[in-house]
Amino acid sequence: MRPAIQIEDLTVAYGDTPVLWDVDLEVPSGVLAAVVGPNGAGKTTLMKAILRLVEPAAGRVLVEGKPYAEQRRLVGYVPQRGSIDWDFPTTVLDVVTMGRYGELGLFRRPGRRERDLAMEALAEVGMADLADRHISRLSGGQQQRVFLARAIVQDARVYLMDEPFQGVDATTERAIVRLLRDFRRAGKTVIVVHHDLQTVEEYFDWVTLLNVRVVAAGPVQEVFDEENLRATYGGRIAFAAPGGPPGDA
Amino acid sequence: MDLLGWWSDYTLRTVALGTATIGATAGVLGSFAVLRRQSLLGDTISHAALPGIALAFLLTGTKALPVLIAGAAVAGWLGARAAGGLTSVTRLKSDAALGVVLSVFFGFGLMLLTFIQRRPDATQAGLDTFLFGQAAALLQRDVVAMAAVGAAAVSLVALFWKEIKVQTFDPGFAASIGLPVARLDLLVTTLLVAAIVIGLESVGVVLMSALVVAPAAAARQWTDHLSGMVVLAAAFGAVSGASGALISASARHLPTGPVVVLCASLIVVVSLLAAPARGVVIRRARDRRARRRFGTRAVLSDLYALARQHDDPEHAHAAAVLEAMSGGRSGVRGDLEELERRGMARRAGDDGWFITDAGRARAERELEETS
Amino acid sequence: MTAAQLEIQAIAVCAAVACAVPGSFLVLRRMSLMSDAIAHSMLLGIVLAFYVVRSLQSPLLVVAAALTGVATVALVEAVAKTQLVREDAAIGLVFPLLFSVAVVLIARLPSGVHLDADVVLLGELAFAPYERWIAFGWDLGPKALWVTGTILVLNVAFVTAFFKELEVTTFDPGLAAALGMSPVVFHYGLMGVVSVSAVGAFDAVGAVLVIALLIVPPSAAYLLTDRLQSMILVAAATGALSAIAGFWLAHWLDASIAGSMASAAGILFLLALLFAPDRGLVAAARRRARRRWEFAHTMLAIHLFHHEGTPQAARESSMRHLGESLRWNDDFRERAVAGAAERGLVTRHDGRLTLTDAGRDLARRAVVR
Repeated sequence: MRPAIQIEDLTVAYGDTPVLWDVDLEVPSGVLAAVVGPNGAGKTTLMKAILRLVEPAAGRVLVEGKPYAEQRRLVGYVPQRGSIDWDFPTTVLDVVTMGRYGELGLFRRPGRRERDLAMEALAEVGMADLADRHISRLSGGQQQRVFLARAIVQDARVYLMDEPFQGVDATTERAIVRLLRDFRRAGKTVIVVHHDLQTVEEYFDWVTLLNVRVVAAGPVQEVFDEENLRATYGGRIAFAAPGGPPGDA
Repeated sequence: MDLLGWWSDYTLRTVALGTATIGATAGVLGSFAVLRRQSLLGDTISHAALPGIALAFLLTGTKALPVLIAGAAVAGWLGARAAGGLTSVTRLKSDAALGVVLSVFFGFGLMLLTFIQRRPDATQAGLDTFLFGQAAALLQRDVVAMAAVGAAAVSLVALFWKEIKVQTFDPGFAASIGLPVARLDLLVTTLLVAAIVIGLESVGVVLMSALVVAPAAAARQWTDHLSGMVVLAAAFGAVSGASGALISASARHLPTGPVVVLCASLIVVVSLLAAPARGVVIRRARDRRARRRFGTRAVLSDLYALARQHDDPEHAHAAAVLEAMSGGRSGVRGDLEELERRGMARRAGDDGWFITDAGRARAERELEETS
Repeated sequence: MTAAQLEIQAIAVCAAVACAVPGSFLVLRRMSLMSDAIAHSMLLGIVLAFYVVRSLQSPLLVVAAALTGVATVALVEAVAKTQLVREDAAIGLVFPLLFSVAVVLIARLPSGVHLDADVVLLGELAFAPYERWIAFGWDLGPKALWVTGTILVLNVAFVTAFFKELEVTTFDPGLAAALGMSPVVFHYGLMGVVSVSAVGAFDAVGAVLVIALLIVPPSAAYLLTDRLQSMILVAAATGALSAIAGFWLAHWLDASIAGSMASAAGILFLLALLFAPDRGLVAAARRRARRRWEFAHTMLAIHLFHHEGTPQAARESSMRHLGESLRWNDDFRERAVAGAAERGLVTRHDGRLTLTDAGRDLARRAVVR
């Protein structure tokens, strides 16, 4: 089976400052993968580069073997919660329905089918009774679940999520984990920028340790160890002997 | 002024329809400007339009409205793009970029106007009206053209409704599902320029921006749905425009722009104060009620606690004690009086209070609910 | 140059510099558009005062206008605090209302008393030399010069005396509060200074162009320098230059002095934008071109280093593959490789590249943080 994501020689720079250098990465299909690293390590940039929200200086990204541009429908994105204007006049159901806009294409209006799909997704995250609520009257956890429902409705095969667990209550955290496992059972791949090192081993099968370069990547059991963590977070990365860091194929 | 008499007067009818069109279009596009936190972009666009008007006159020698409007549109559009460009390319923040474009373009426009004034062909008197607006100068064919532009702008918004909506709400997500976010942004900016320039002759350069902000801000207070907000903004804009124009047409020496703005501002003030759910007056009343409800519950449970410590159920407790139990909060006496009114507490002597049977039952029920 | 021309320029320079000084803080605090609000609504204060004293010369007008400026800021913040509209919308709601009331009041003035709308926007700098301050039989010069000069001196004194406080409250309000400085006090103090400067300049250049004097020279200075003190000085110099250049431009074209001053300020801003030593567009373009090659060489070195000793080394170091994976077209690739070879970073052999020690060093250094 094709790997969900293949990244080769990806370099992204803002102006003249490199944020990602020559990243090689492969994430197999059907895993829950975490991307961890210190602040400024380029985790969000990696996500944005995969989604072509930023233009890489070099390298390429393949989704299930084909360039991202051809596979857009297969990829779903759950961005960080912070940047939304919560006073925007829209309801929970409305936001979730937006997840279908990619499918609908230009000019077609969302109809009964889209509403039904949205309601189903809301039910999956336990928010069906809040469908008509205005988004400003939601708690942090509820907001996150709305965005997850939007992701469900996209019916993607590969999901990219940017810090979904940030600032949510325990109920929501459990709901998110449950959803991730449902996705995995359905054969989907989820790549999550994750901030909490404590829960990596419990929630994820695969991990990438990133600090401008890939320090290590692979199954959590093999790769998530003290040496690699120190190399990622220690502030200075010294290159290992020639042969490169383990994990890049 | 006879309320509907203006309809039969050709001039007044033209003026009212024209400004209503302007107001409605500005309301629709203004909704998106306000939601994108670009309220003052409208101000910049309308001020930046001035040199365009002057140059259009200088280059073509005519004061035909379409020509001047075209010049205004080009200059306004360039101003908007320049402000955006300055923000993205330099370290200048968006407010300073808008301020620079606004004042420089406008100053340049004024310089051109005075330059034109000194020329021998002093038939430029009409250009002055672009500063504060003179809707009385509207001709029927102008109104038809304005309506066409307005209709086109609104149709484009309707056509791309969901794309514009999601791009305004969550540009990152919109980009990730493949929407051309940069081009949508450009579309909305261009439509905003169009909405503004059709209003420049009637409302004037200095005040047109208010018509972009006020109806939309007012509309937001009455509804939580984007579609409702846009429709309501259009309605508010139309009403402000028409009434402003009619009032100013009936008085002498009264430019249209300020009167339109006064009408629009009235609508905004009423909306901010009185709109259900959001209005300031409503909110304050609701807060007071909530505090009262909360207060009486607390005092009732305190009375109940005190009663349980005493054998005599009618032992009166001083109000001061209740106040102390509420941590010195003011309004405890009011709460006690409210409880008395509802039959849950009774006064004894000067300052003593005790709980009644009804109050006891209520307190017990509330305790159950919260445990 | 006649005496009148000299006086006009002096007034213009004083007004410009008086505005540039507090304007620098407005720009840094992201409150540039509050100047838009103040400049417009100031008119209401002037008109109301005029209704009371029936004279355009009274100092009450200045006081009223300055108070209106501060009141506008307070009103905008009160509206924003309701949480029903954002701050930018609050500005866009408040000042048009106040300005419209002012214009309507002006229009309703009994005829014979005429406050021209054009004057409101343009000022009457050309006539300023003719209003002189005569005291005890001495001609002390144009009143406007005394007014703007005084405001200039007061502004400089204010900024000098409270420089530390203004600096800290601008860049780190939290720290300011912790140090016992009240950000609110300095906020309103600054707004008061801005209002007074706006009034003083208003007399010379009219309402909207006050914005130009408050914002444009400081914005140009912001592009030119990194330090607060230099920024204020450069802003003042730019303002003064705009005033003088604007005057002569107006003279040449026989146009409004105020409009010309704003245009001149705009031209100076454009020059700063293009030609600023480090940040200017021209300098940035040149630097980008130079860095592009350096960046390419480093990317090449890192790429080779990364794959050295791995099974793919042979493939990854071939010229052709490099072109593909680094997204370089043939021409760029040739020049990049040539440049890297010249710098002694790589050696070329049979269509394949090998890193030198220097190249390896560069790769290592580039990634260490």
